[in-house]
Amino acid sequence: MKRLYADLHLCPNLNDSEQVVCMIRKAWELGYRLIAMALPLNFPQDKIQQLRTICKEAKVDFASRVDLKPQTSKELINSLRKLRRRFEIIAVMCESKHVARQAAKDRRVDLLNFPLTSFRKRFFDKAEAELASNSLASFEIDIKPLLTLEGPARIRLLSSLRRETAIAQAFHVPIVISNGASNELLMRKPRELTALTSLFDLDKASAIEAVSKNPLAIIKRNREKLSPNFVAPGIRIIRRGKDC
Amino acid sequence: MRRRYLALKIDSNETFSSREFMDAVWNAVLKLYGEHGASRSGLTLIDYDAEKRLAVIRTMHTTVEMVRAALASITKIQDKPAAIHVLKVSGTIRALYKKIKQ
Repeated sequence: MKRLYADLHLCPNLNDSEQVVCMIRKAWELGYRLIAMALPLNFPQDKIQQLRTICKEAKVDFASRVDLKPQTSKELINSLRKLRRRFEIIAVMCESKHVARQAAKDRRVDLLNFPLTSFRKRFFDKAEAELASNSLASFEIDIKPLLTLEGPARIRLLSSLRRETAIAQAFHVPIVISNGASNELLMRKPRELTALTSLFDLDKASAIEAVSKNPLAIIKRNREKLSPNFVAPGIRIIRRGKDC
Repeated sequence: MRRRYLALKIDSNETFSSREFMDAVWNAVLKLYGEHGASRSGLTLIDYDAEKRLAVIRTMHTTVEMVRAALASITKIQDKPAAIHVLKVSGTIRALYKKIKQ
């Protein structure tokens, strides 16, 4: 069976519809069959539907995603309560240790993301990985900074990513590799992303899973949960009516 | 000595000469892997079409992934925004052109 690739982090300017369409078409050209875009918290449902239609025309599946940047863990819990049923993917940008720990243990969080340029705020250590391994959160790596940074900044980033991916693998935390692209020239093919991950010593098989199996598993799980027929994990309504 | 031929597509609004293109490729390989890595790659430009923005390069089979990563890291050619995507990889030039035509 042909492998399907997904890019869960595209960041186009949503006010520029031409750019959005260009990036969706580019995603299809590059071999992605599922994409997710980072949407603002108050993004209207009709616009999400509009994006879904554009993606359908381009033969790409669309998933709605929101990036949370809470300052405190309480703020994170409140946001999750409000938004979990509105978006298919919830990513948390962990800018403090308290938020990172809360996000790692909360089963409503899908992706843990860390600031790629401020190295003091990368809290993905063994404790974080252990919490994440007991919940459902995956560790997300955006490739865009690897392309845009140069010199010592890129060296430091590669060094952090090497350490963090090793920890994630040791604790069986799924890794998700995304483009994180803000324009079409920063988008790369899945095979190119896997080649770039060799820079921080991620083995090829894990890298391919990080652009195909792992992101698709998140979408499948969340779509099942958001379906009106979902009751609990493993339990769903298969028929409604008087004869049931 | 096994080699691999890579068909490449240059994604940009500008056109570049073959020299500008190869400079960008060599610089990317040098930045990521240094002079030692670059010397192992055996990079050679085989064919270049500036109008169609297509190129064919040759490398050693052991360094295909290395070259792929270096090509993916290119964001600019001559300070103009650009990206390079690998279209096909093959062991012979004839098979490569056959694959591209399909």
